Amino acid sequence: MSAVPISYYLVLSAILFGLGVVAFVFKRNIITIFMSIELMLNAVNLAFVAFARAHGQLDGLVFVFFVIVVAAAEAAVGLAIVIMLAQNRQSLNVERINLLKL
Amino acid sequence: MNVAIIMFFACALLAVAGAVLLILAREPIHSALALVLVMMALAVLYLLLGAPFIAAVQIIVYAGAIMVLFVFVIMLLNAGVEERTDFSKIAKFGGVPLGFLLLLEIAHWLYHSPVGTAIANGAGSSNEAADTAQLSEMLFRQYLFPFEATSILILIAILGALVLARKEQ
Amino acid sequence: MLLLNHLWIILALPLAGAAINGLFGKRWPQSAVNSVAIGSVVLSFLAAAETVREFCHLAASQIPFIGNYFTWMVGGEATPHPFHVEFALQVDQLTVVMLLVVTFVGMLIHIYSTGYMAHEGGYYRFFSYLNLFMFFMLTLVMAANLIVMFVGWEGVGLCSYLLIGFWFLKKSAADAGKKAFIVTRIGDFGFTVGILIVFATFGTVAFGEIFSQASDKPVDVLTAICLLLFAGAIGKSAQLPLYVWLPDAMEGPTPVSALIHAATMVTAGVYMVARMSPLFSRAPIAMLVVAIVGAVTAFYSATIGLVQTDIKKVLAYSTVSQLGYMFLACGVGAYSAGIFHLMTHAFFKGLLFLAAGSVIHAMGGEQDMMKMGGLRKEIPVTYWTMFIATLAIAGIPGFAGFFSKDAILEAARSGPYANLWLWLLGVAAAGLTSFYMFRLVFLTFFGEPRYDEHKVHVHESPKSMTIPLMVLAFLSIFGGWFAAPKLVGGVDYFERFLAPVFAASSPASDAMSAAAADAAASPAMDLLHALTGWPVIVGVVGLLVAWWFYIKNPDVPKRMAQSVRGLYTLLLNKYYVDEIYAALIVRPLLWISTNVLWHVVDEGLIDGTVNGTATVARESGRQARKLQSGNTRSYAAWVILGAVGFTALLFGLLGVAH
Repeated sequence: MSAVPISYYLVLSAILFGLGVVAFVFKRNIITIFMSIELMLNAVNLAFVAFARAHGQLDGLVFVFFVIVVAAAEAAVGLAIVIMLAQNRQSLNVERINLLKL
Repeated sequence: MNVAIIMFFACALLAVAGAVLLILAREPIHSALALVLVMMALAVLYLLLGAPFIAAVQIIVYAGAIMVLFVFVIMLLNAGVEERTDFSKIAKFGGVPLGFLLLLEIAHWLYHSPVGTAIANGAGSSNEAADTAQLSEMLFRQYLFPFEATSILILIAILGALVLARKEQ
Repeated sequence: MLLLNHLWIILALPLAGAAINGLFGKRWPQSAVNSVAIGSVVLSFLAAAETVREFCHLAASQIPFIGNYFTWMVGGEATPHPFHVEFALQVDQLTVVMLLVVTFVGMLIHIYSTGYMAHEGGYYRFFSYLNLFMFFMLTLVMAANLIVMFVGWEGVGLCSYLLIGFWFLKKSAADAGKKAFIVTRIGDFGFTVGILIVFATFGTVAFGEIFSQASDKPVDVLTAICLLLFAGAIGKSAQLPLYVWLPDAMEGPTPVSALIHAATMVTAGVYMVARMSPLFSRAPIAMLVVAIVGAVTAFYSATIGLVQTDIKKVLAYSTVSQLGYMFLACGVGAYSAGIFHLMTHAFFKGLLFLAAGSVIHAMGGEQDMMKMGGLRKEIPVTYWTMFIATLAIAGIPGFAGFFSKDAILEAARSGPYANLWLWLLGVAAAGLTSFYMFRLVFLTFFGEPRYDEHKVHVHESPKSMTIPLMVLAFLSIFGGWFAAPKLVGGVDYFERFLAPVFAASSPASDAMSAAAADAAASPAMDLLHALTGWPVIVGVVGLLVAWWFYIKNPDVPKRMAQSVRGLYTLLLNKYYVDEIYAALIVRPLLWISTNVLWHVVDEGLIDGTVNGTATVARESGRQARKLQSGNTRSYAAWVILGAVGFTALLFGLLGVAH
């Protein structure tokens, strides 16, 4: 058997997740930050699918299904908020949205 | 050399390249397109993993709907290059190390725990593709409640987005 | 046996008087305060008299009679030497003497005070303090162990402070009160250490048990104990070098000076040495130190008294000097002579002070002798009683002081611990005493009035003041006659009475009575010998010199003062001792208190710690506040940080087995 070892997929998932974290922290545009969240979700999806294959069960795939659905809902609401913020503060720089402080 | 391995590495490379592009791009629209690239690569990987249904869902829903939504919003808001502001010190200096640390931790787990090493050695993996019929049966039997709950969730999300985006009269 | 079984009644009466007057006396009329105060002391005296009567019926084996009232302190039960202190009072011959002296003289002075303090404010407070003093003094003399004695010791110190500073709004009076308390405290520190060593050595603080073990203990330990206890006596009884508080204590009302600083409190040191005589007798070095300190102090303070002009200050230095005599007596083993002098001194010195108070009262508050003169026609009762007292203190034969002083000097000259130098100092001091006391009398009562007769209306004091004077005058003459038979070959009754107390400790009394028995062959020669001894000679010489200086040739003193200007100034300024103490001790202490203890320790360390805690709280809060910056990127970064940490925890500690 010469299928790709599952651990490779997991490593790739880890790398993508790490890059998503870096993007999350580094980027200044709200939308880009949102996208990095999507990247992290994708990495997690990959891990789920890999595990599903590793265990030979389908539960992981179901979970991926739900992750995608929730990601869609979240993206819809989140972007609506982003639009409102952009209209209010006239800027998409996340550091300009600093009213949540003492 | 195995076709699967080559395909894997090619798609992996593409995915990582897309992620890196997402970080390095200056315009948000470039980042969006990079993310789409990542998703495509991942879809192929899902296929390699024997999950055709999920690959299809990924492309149709994720890349086809969600990313389109992102692109719509970017264009709506005319998002351009952002001004450089550097108000957060910890974000500036802590970002890369944190990501790196996370990676290391997962790798540590992967190669040092019994579960991790078992997986790494390819235990229990099956060769057959996931049966979509079987998947849908699971979806509507065992996971019926979450299924219905997420449909309500989507409904709420739609309503929420509508309310939020409405202009104040 | 009623009172012997309830000895505490003697203590409780003055204490009750003090409490009643202190709590309720403010609104009462003077007559009510008087009745409570005098009533409690009179009852206490009657109780003491009754105790003495019952005591005389006791068999010798029952003496000392100890009444144990309650267990006061118990500590270290599990250790080999538990610390056990009872509240126990005892009565033996020595206690009897002290009881009678303290209660009787105290009673007279209470009566006197009703007249003297009649126009003063804080009347009830004065009598409350005075009664409280009686309570503590009686506790001191009736104590059966060192700790109860120490309670009395400190208590009388407290009352002395309260009474010296009675007119506390006057700065000099308040300062004098503080000075008295602080200087005696220095001595009390030695006393405390002494008590501790006693406990460590004997395992007990009760007198009876200590004395029964005394023979077995090493001499140097006993010497250390005796010296430390004597340090307390130096402070309390105003000997060198801790006498400096007594002259300043004259700021208090004159009855206070009479009671506390002449008759009773200052004699507490002598009483303590006499009480601890079994220990002292086994520590010859300590006895020598006591005798030397006593003799030197007697001479030294007599020299200062020569030139003082304030009538009370002369009497104060005279008190210091006479106390020196008492310690000299104890130091040469003649304990009963020392106590005898204590008793006669209470009579004549108490009388001197009360009479001086009468003079001051008559002169409307004037205390400077240089502004008096010729008062003997105006206030005859005061004059005659004071004159009698002066004859007594000068040691003129027939009066009380002669017998006691003679006994002391005789012991110093030819007793078992005799020392010629000490005897010489004693005799010299006797001469000086006679001189300055008669100087006082002549300056005050003889000569031309040196005051403005229109401004000062000299009047005799009321009966409440003169009757105690007369009683004390009677005692100043006849109070010493207990010892009279000894002069004609008989026995000193006083000494015989006290013999059981000092039997174990003074071979002196045996030797002296043996010597008396030997010389009994010729009573007449004995009498002649006594009447022409050196003390009498210097006493008479002192009288004559004073008469020459102050009556015959009044300008001689002034010329003498001019010719020995330096010595005169030195004596007038009390050898500058107060100034020396201030420079050597007081100022450095104040400097340390201000600069080290106040600035460094109090402000720096303690305030710093407290303020520092507050500052730490505030600063850490301020730093923590920066976390809530409102910057979402910051928040995001912190979230990631937490996630990484938690993952490490999960994988490292909880989830993964290596």
